[in-house]
Amino acid sequence: MKPRPTPSPEPRIGFYVCHCGSNIADSVDCAEVARYVAGLPGVVIARDYKYMCSDPGQELIQQDIREHGLNRVVVASCSPLLHEATFRKAVSKAGLNPFLFQMVNIREHVSWVHKDRQAATAKARALARAAVERVRYHRPLQPVRVPIRAEALVIGGGIAGIHAALTLAEAGKRVILVERQPSIGGHMAQLDKTFPTLDCAACILTPKMSAVRAHPNITLWTYSEVTKVEGYVGNFTVTVRRKPRYVNENLCVGCKACVEACVFKDGRFPDEFNAGLSRRKPIYLPFPQATPQVVLIDPERCLNLKTGKCKKTCVEACDRNAIVFDQQPEVHEVQVGTIIVATGFKLFDPARIPQYGYGRYPNVFTTLEVERLVNSSGPTGGEIRLRDGRTPRSVGFVLCVGSRDHRTNPWCSRTCCMHSMKLALLIREHLDADVTIFYMDIRAPGKGYEEFYDRCLREGIQFVRGRVAEVTDWAMTPEEEGKLVVRVEDTLAGFVRRIPLDMVVLAVGKEPQPDAQELRRLLNLSCSAEGWFLERHPKLAPVSTFTDGIFLAGCCQGPKDIPDTVAQAGAAAAEALALMDRGHIEQEPNTAYVDADHCSGCKSCLPLCPYSAIQFDETRGKATINEALCKGCGTCVAACPSGSIHQNLFDDEQVFAEIEGVLSHA
Amino acid sequence: MQIQRTIKYEADRVRGFAEEIMSLAGCDRLKSCIQCGTCSGTCPLSIYMDYTPRQIMALVRADFKNEVLRSRTIWLCASCYACTVECPREIRITDIMYALKQRAIQEGVYPRRFPIPVLAHEFSNMARRYGRITETLLVMRLFLKSDWRALFRSWRMGLGLLRTGRFSLRRERIQRTRELEQMLDAVSDAPASSSTTLPVP
Amino acid sequence: MKYAYFPGCSLKGLGRAYEESLLPVLRHLGVEWQELDDWNCCGATAYMSVDENRAAVLASRNLALAEKNGSTDLLAPCSACYLVLNKLQHHVAEFPDLRSTVQTALQRAGLAYHGTVRVRHPLDILVHEIGLDVIREKVVRPLRGLKVAPYYGCQIVRPYATFDDAHQPTTMDRLLTTLGAEVVSYPLKTKCCGGSLTGTVPEAGLRLSYILLKEALRQGAHVLATVCPLCHFNLDAYHDEIERRWGPVRIPTVYFTQLMGLAFGLEPQQLGLHRNLVPFALPIETTPAA
Repeated sequence: MKPRPTPSPEPRIGFYVCHCGSNIADSVDCAEVARYVAGLPGVVIARDYKYMCSDPGQELIQQDIREHGLNRVVVASCSPLLHEATFRKAVSKAGLNPFLFQMVNIREHVSWVHKDRQAATAKARALARAAVERVRYHRPLQPVRVPIRAEALVIGGGIAGIHAALTLAEAGKRVILVERQPSIGGHMAQLDKTFPTLDCAACILTPKMSAVRAHPNITLWTYSEVTKVEGYVGNFTVTVRRKPRYVNENLCVGCKACVEACVFKDGRFPDEFNAGLSRRKPIYLPFPQATPQVVLIDPERCLNLKTGKCKKTCVEACDRNAIVFDQQPEVHEVQVGTIIVATGFKLFDPARIPQYGYGRYPNVFTTLEVERLVNSSGPTGGEIRLRDGRTPRSVGFVLCVGSRDHRTNPWCSRTCCMHSMKLALLIREHLDADVTIFYMDIRAPGKGYEEFYDRCLREGIQFVRGRVAEVTDWAMTPEEEGKLVVRVEDTLAGFVRRIPLDMVVLAVGKEPQPDAQELRRLLNLSCSAEGWFLERHPKLAPVSTFTDGIFLAGCCQGPKDIPDTVAQAGAAAAEALALMDRGHIEQEPNTAYVDADHCSGCKSCLPLCPYSAIQFDETRGKATINEALCKGCGTCVAACPSGSIHQNLFDDEQVFAEIEGVLSHA
Repeated sequence: MQIQRTIKYEADRVRGFAEEIMSLAGCDRLKSCIQCGTCSGTCPLSIYMDYTPRQIMALVRADFKNEVLRSRTIWLCASCYACTVECPREIRITDIMYALKQRAIQEGVYPRRFPIPVLAHEFSNMARRYGRITETLLVMRLFLKSDWRALFRSWRMGLGLLRTGRFSLRRERIQRTRELEQMLDAVSDAPASSSTTLPVP
Repeated sequence: MKYAYFPGCSLKGLGRAYEESLLPVLRHLGVEWQELDDWNCCGATAYMSVDENRAAVLASRNLALAEKNGSTDLLAPCSACYLVLNKLQHHVAEFPDLRSTVQTALQRAGLAYHGTVRVRHPLDILVHEIGLDVIREKVVRPLRGLKVAPYYGCQIVRPYATFDDAHQPTTMDRLLTTLGAEVVSYPLKTKCCGGSLTGTVPEAGLRLSYILLKEALRQGAHVLATVCPLCHFNLDAYHDEIERRWGPVRIPTVYFTQLMGLAFGLEPQQLGLHRNLVPFALPIETTPAA
């Protein structure tokens, strides 16, 4: 419990007013302000100088502290956001506690907004006096030092999470990678080729997936979810729930004998990895390169788990006895220092746009479905076929499905143009079919992307600039019978066209995951109005968040392609590493504290804290504030009915002194 | 071979026209138009128009008042609202078309016996005077004032309507016509001369 | 509940068969209504083309009259009236300038508008308030063997899709199925019939009607069921002209209320079916055995 601030018995205040070149001096008579302050009680020295923040300026202060025994310093210059840190450092170098320093803004608050020299100078005098009165009540404070554990948690095992985890592991940090699906790989594992190089996605991804599995520093928990996060930067306590696969991960080698032996002779249930285009059995390996290479059993579909009546041929077939039907979920509690969120995105459901006929007309597909068709380990072995098995002769791509639309998602999903062009090229190569892309704009900003667009043009892919109004099976001419017809205004040509197609592919956009809101509440993260997790600053801090110690990587922060995702994952890992390597952080001590003697235990403050920093000590019946979590917002200070919560650097006495200083200035 | 030189200069633009249209109730979303063409793609009449709905939006935004008010497009709009429902920027295209029709009628910019504005005039006059529309009388007035020969071409239909008892020449009217007249008179006119009024041809 | 009934000019004129079939059907279902006293024309699309403020004032008189009567729900069967009145409500709520213009004008007639009256379409009331179960019970002559193309047209589903989906509406489909009819798949169910353009620019307007008729035939329908008097007129009265231009497409169009009436055992004459220019009669299979 800290003592209440009283004025320093012998304040020896040094006051400095900066000209800031002509920035301040043009409107404010700095010398006059210094003269005025010099006459105030407690002020030992008052100077004005051209550039206080410069080296000589700082040395001036340091010299005065030593020679005149100053125990308080006030600088009247620019915004504290700019140079408060500079002056605090200068002051502490001279041996004075940096929190015995107060800064006054007479640039943004005075010279930049007032023209009248007399009025501006008067205001500067008032603010200066206020600071001088206040600083008497400053006490030496120590920044709060929070230790940072050297373990990291990565939530999400797509390419973003994989890259972040590997980067951290290579730097010698222990990483726990938690992935909700039974295998890592995310959306990238479902891709066939990647633009613009047409690299095979699996070929470039699987080495990384294997590396994750093999790395001694990475604990890989798939088919698991984070259920609780407590604590604060450097000291998070995370609860992870591992769902039962009904297969022992340590014993299973992925030989798939059990799948072969399953009482279901053929797959019957929609295969999620193949976007529902093929069927799987209740016991299955998600995809050939699944990592870990372990099968799992779907409890909703397995006869034994649902009814208890099954021959369990799978158990018989497994020569390693890896199948465990009574497996229970496991709950683990881990302590980590930093968290990287890489939970990815969800695709827009095109059934929400009925005019495009998805779900009504069988041969309307999404780009993901076509991606699986094109892939040689997909449902058709790489053959692009319509749902009735025919080979399409004409294919149309509809861009911006769900995106750039104020009725659904206003944003651009960033990758669909390139994705569609890539698929168009692959289809043209596989089938030599007529391919048309219906677009509003072609967005190809990345490295090699514009060249890729040119390649598509040279390959004879038709580009029609017009947003598709409707996909219909209603034929107006004989050539349209039995086909899907796209009605669109060819805006470049200037007329409306009806184009018959065998296959229509919808370039669906990206959206935040459906449970993004739940996740962010768990982590105490902010999100944008659209639902993407919020970065600290859109330009200068794209991977950190407003919650210290938690970083973002990949599409959960906003739609992006693989290069940007990997870059961002690396950046998040780097910032997490910086924290963990430093081993501690120092927080501004503008934290609130409870005067236990006066706390009545009413608990009004507890639910108010946006950072969950207040705890209640049941035995003593008093509230206590965790300094490391407190961000100094002041809510509890204002709300406490008995006035027993105070805030360092914003104590009542300090504030009232400021007010009096303003009111009593001459 | 007939050729024509088409180039538009700044003098062809009528400054303030876009702002005038966009200041009408609910029409300011036109600013967000990205010229996607969905409106034209979905409009059942766009294949008959000289400028497609999308082009009209571009022309309005660029202050090309002459071209817009003299187009056939604004008259061919059937108010089916398909464009308004499909527009990804939620622009009230149909309402903009109404506004353009109103401007064209106000400024008398259309061929003299063009049936659509003639119909609009006759309809509103009859509604105003009697409070209700007598369809048969309306149609007769329409044809007389636009293309009287069409009246004769429709003799068969007329006969059919007579035979089935749908053809009535009895004037439909409300009782309190005076009340309606007072109400309509209470509406003040739009400013007679605005900066964007075209000179009468 | 007693509905204020707003027929609109067409239901007293060329579209009188709509009223002639709607009212007996309502009576049969025990629905109470009262024709709005001294109702005036809604202005349709025409007045809006001339002067939007006066058009709003014209339409608002009806809502104000209904309010004065203490009605909560106004039944507007004609699509144009339904749209105009709904649009007025939305616009007056959204735009203060329009609101004050309308209020000032109404005051001259000692009327006021507070937006308390809901504008309803018969399909909405029949399917969502009376309910299909009640209607099913009243069916004595199921329309078995009758293939109907359900044609909604534009203005009851756009731009305000209040009681049904704007792209794939189903209220009429479900109603017709309840009557025992077979509803054919009709991809053009919400496409424009041409509206008033059929009379002024027939080349364009009539072609839209032609397309509707042609597709209904192609889908194997015996008849089109419609909700709007202008759609009905376009699809029923212009056959000669349409066929002259583009070829044979003879198929009758009726109001959905007429089909309801037939299913309830009412006689065609009672439902205004004799007023069709393209005659309609039920296929043999649907006449009751006993």
